[in-house]
Amino acid sequence: MRIAIASGKGGTGKTFVTVNLARSFGNPLLVLDCDVEEPNSNLFIHGDLISERRSTVLVPRVDESLCEGSKVCSEVCEFNAIAVIGGKPLIFEDLCHSCGACAMFCPNGAIGEIEHKIGKVTVRTSDNIRLVEGMLDVGKALAVPVIRDVKHFADDAKEEHVLIDSPPGTSCPMVWTVGDADLVILVAEPTSFGLHDLELAVETVREIGIQFGVVINKDGLGDDRLERYCEKEGIEILARIPHDRRIAEVYAKGEQVIDVLPQYHELFTNLWNTITRKVHTVGGSDV
Amino acid sequence: MKIACTASGDTLEAPFDNRFGRAEKFIIYDTESNTYTVLDNSQNLQAAQGAGVQSAQHVVASGATAIITGHLGPKAARVIFAAGIDAYHADAQTVGEALAMFKSKALKPLRDADVEGHWV
Amino acid sequence: MSERKNEILKELVVVSGKGGTGKTSITASLAALANNPVLADCDVDAADLHLVTAPSVLRTEAFFSGKEAMVDRDKCAGCGLCDSACRFDAFQQEDDGTYCINSVHCEGCGVCVRVCPEEAIRFVDRDCGEWMVSDTRFGPMVHARLHAAGENSGKLVTLVRKEAKKIAKEQDRSLIIVDGPPGIGCAVISSITGASAVLLVTEPSISGIHDLERVTSLARSFDIPVFVCVNKADIDPKTTEEIRRQTLEKGDHFVGTIPYDEEMVKAQLEGKSAVEYIEGDIRDRIEHIWEQIWTTM
Repeated sequence: MRIAIASGKGGTGKTFVTVNLARSFGNPLLVLDCDVEEPNSNLFIHGDLISERRSTVLVPRVDESLCEGSKVCSEVCEFNAIAVIGGKPLIFEDLCHSCGACAMFCPNGAIGEIEHKIGKVTVRTSDNIRLVEGMLDVGKALAVPVIRDVKHFADDAKEEHVLIDSPPGTSCPMVWTVGDADLVILVAEPTSFGLHDLELAVETVREIGIQFGVVINKDGLGDDRLERYCEKEGIEILARIPHDRRIAEVYAKGEQVIDVLPQYHELFTNLWNTITRKVHTVGGSDV
Repeated sequence: MKIACTASGDTLEAPFDNRFGRAEKFIIYDTESNTYTVLDNSQNLQAAQGAGVQSAQHVVASGATAIITGHLGPKAARVIFAAGIDAYHADAQTVGEALAMFKSKALKPLRDADVEGHWV
Repeated sequence: MSERKNEILKELVVVSGKGGTGKTSITASLAALANNPVLADCDVDAADLHLVTAPSVLRTEAFFSGKEAMVDRDKCAGCGLCDSACRFDAFQQEDDGTYCINSVHCEGCGVCVRVCPEEAIRFVDRDCGEWMVSDTRFGPMVHARLHAAGENSGKLVTLVRKEAKKIAKEQDRSLIIVDGPPGIGCAVISSITGASAVLLVTEPSISGIHDLERVTSLARSFDIPVFVCVNKADIDPKTTEEIRRQTLEKGDHFVGTIPYDEEMVKAQLEGKSAVEYIEGDIRDRIEHIWEQIWTTM
């Protein structure tokens, strides 16, 4: 099963749920951290570094001996990544979206493409968990290519299941991350901000057309508006993590709740069962 | 010579804009005739990114051989210097003030970008 | 009125690094304490400030950013050159042999538009969301919403701030308070450039300390004074103290701490800012934070 964990905004407990789900699963598990701007699973899953590889994208390289200063490259670039000054193309790799237009349309065949590093992907192991993290270099604009590199690990994974920690929010990077999951878990807090952000996330996930459920974090903090919303929308609540100040304290120290507060182990084991049941039930009511 | 000055208005009394890539307008001042034209830079609002590159190209096309601005990011700087244009830093309230400082040689030349890129 | 015209327009941007630190709640309280501010909600991916400010929308405008390609199915000959040329997996062939484009995948690069021998693909401005100008009990507010899966490049953030500045000038208001986006990427940078001051609302956790350095160094690189406050401070007093120490060491302003208190959530549920709803310690602390920022700015 591929399970993505997402939320309408950051700080709702997405990583908290991912990490504790991972640690409560006894068998081999692949965890992909796709929050490439701020991957922080490694703060909680301490593992030995197994490998590291560069994440690259293709960017243009001009062969000046063939260039005749036609400026076509600059004209066809929608991203302002090429400026032709004094008949010479200046390439701005960080703005390049790797669409290939410049190379394709140069009338003199003067543009080729080369690899440009935008981030890296690291692999660590810790007990039963193989943790793959994508990290976007500071200042780079495009997160999706790094996310794609992280997700490739799921293609030939030997592990039984894959957990995917998604970037917060509902924009492009999140959509790319959750797109092929069997189930998306939306983590939400039962406050007015929490409900509002959940509504945005639900809208997005429904547009993609994937099965999803909700995990309420800090249950008891606000009121029942989130529960009522889920009921009205026919959305299954997969688990309720109680509003317990001790959880915040443990998490703040970078420790794992299921280790320090063992009563929560059962909560996460039950969540696994619920997830499994839901994924293997065809024709659920969540659309 | 023509000098391009970043501005958020249409006259010499217009506020001087500190930023280059997202400047609303450029006042192109001709020191020989003591007249000026206004170059609208609002196409940069269409660009999701690369505003610095676009604005710099705009200035190059205007024929200006010097620019006066508050800060210049790395991408804009690259285009400006590749075109052989001089850049000056000013801390002024209005365009007129910045130009006066230029004339009295009170402005510090910028030889490189002096701020990080904005990424929009 | 004419005396106010001489006041320089100040802009305070409230950021948080990671989400969930209470940034928006505190921004709402600062809005309540400030004198005639203009509000700008630049947290466009998950805008929440309006839930406390209860805006009456006066004006809505569409927000266009970048372009997208659309196939004119009548002209499409089904040759598939577009699909071969597209690097973003945006094309799908339908049963009748014509092609259609998945808007989420479409990068707006224009390659297919140029490659199509039938000129069957239109290249149009992309409607990414909308922005609004509203009235609230604190003052005018500019806010926005990105459509789901929209591109969060920071352009909309820049637009919201620009409109807020316009309104401030039109209405002779001298302060803008910006609810900034979380994180440290494009959107945050767009919210900080040119600001008068940045307030970082953080929490005492490992992620909190992590973000402290990244966010504050970003602000410092733009020469902007940095204020730091710690919310939910009593969750880990040692880390709170560490944050305070690091802040002062870097020459930034440490302006206060707020303990973890469920009253803050109750205020939110009531649609009120903390200072409007809570009496006592929390209110005093936030007032103290505001006073320090305002007098130093």
